[in-house]
Amino acid sequence: MWTWFYKLASPPYVYGVAAALVPWFLGGAALALMYGLIAGLAIAPPDYQQGEAYRMIYVHVPSAVLSLTVYTVMAAASAVALIWRIKVGHAVAAAAAPVGASFTILALVTGSLWGRPMWGTYWAWDPRLTSELILLFLYVGVMSLRSAFEEPSRGDRAAALLATVGIVNVPIVHFSVVWWNSLHQGATIVKLGTPSMPGSMLWPLLSMWLGFMLFFAAVLCLRLQGEVLNRERQSTWVREAVKS
Amino acid sequence: MTSNGFWSMGGYARYVWPCFGFALAVLAWNLWSARRHLCAARLRARRELQMAGIDP
Repeated sequence: MWTWFYKLASPPYVYGVAAALVPWFLGGAALALMYGLIAGLAIAPPDYQQGEAYRMIYVHVPSAVLSLTVYTVMAAASAVALIWRIKVGHAVAAAAAPVGASFTILALVTGSLWGRPMWGTYWAWDPRLTSELILLFLYVGVMSLRSAFEEPSRGDRAAALLATVGIVNVPIVHFSVVWWNSLHQGATIVKLGTPSMPGSMLWPLLSMWLGFMLFFAAVLCLRLQGEVLNRERQSTWVREAVKS
Repeated sequence: MTSNGFWSMGGYARYVWPCFGFALAVLAWNLWSARRHLCAARLRARRELQMAGIDP
């Protein structure tokens, strides 16, 4: 039952699987993003309160969800690397960090652009916005810490510790709109009961969400191959891998 | 939605289009940098093998 898990600890296996999955993830992402963009920008009706401005939801929500998802992946991989001493875990965490940071910046920028017409300001020290900014600082901290040590294994361990401890910020970001008074609207899709959105607006959003997730999976696989090669370049299997 | 209405986004064009433009830029940067990261790692591994006298 656990064979697949043990196989994931093998760098050549992970390198091969990641290489094989990239075109599938990229193809799926392209299809989902294309449908989401066309349906979200041209077919979905305008919102009764926000008019056409709400269409920013089609990039803001997927990027915000991804910023949390990528952090969770990075923290889980770091915990696996720390607990079971599986080196591939460090490679996954290192590959995920820059992707997560870029999507956190995207969520913050698109949120600001949406905030200006709706709240009258690009930025407010609101619980959701502030905790998302802290998430960006955590990503930057993890990346900086990894490269701050001369010995790569020490950098890996320090970055893994920070990533694992920093997971506490993920539920804070998610529930900030529930726990504190916030300018930011509450949950629309991920909540108990049915989503408070009609299907004509919801399906393009789910498609963009899926597209962003598949895109992340593709980019993670590409970066992971690079990380594994960098870490295993003294191994004999690398000779075969770099031939192509 | 008419073509004019589409591009003007009901008066919110200066917020909506930069939002989508920035998203496109982030996706493109991610793909480009991930490919560059992999190519650099392959090149580095090849060079180290050649320096060790092993022709990959």
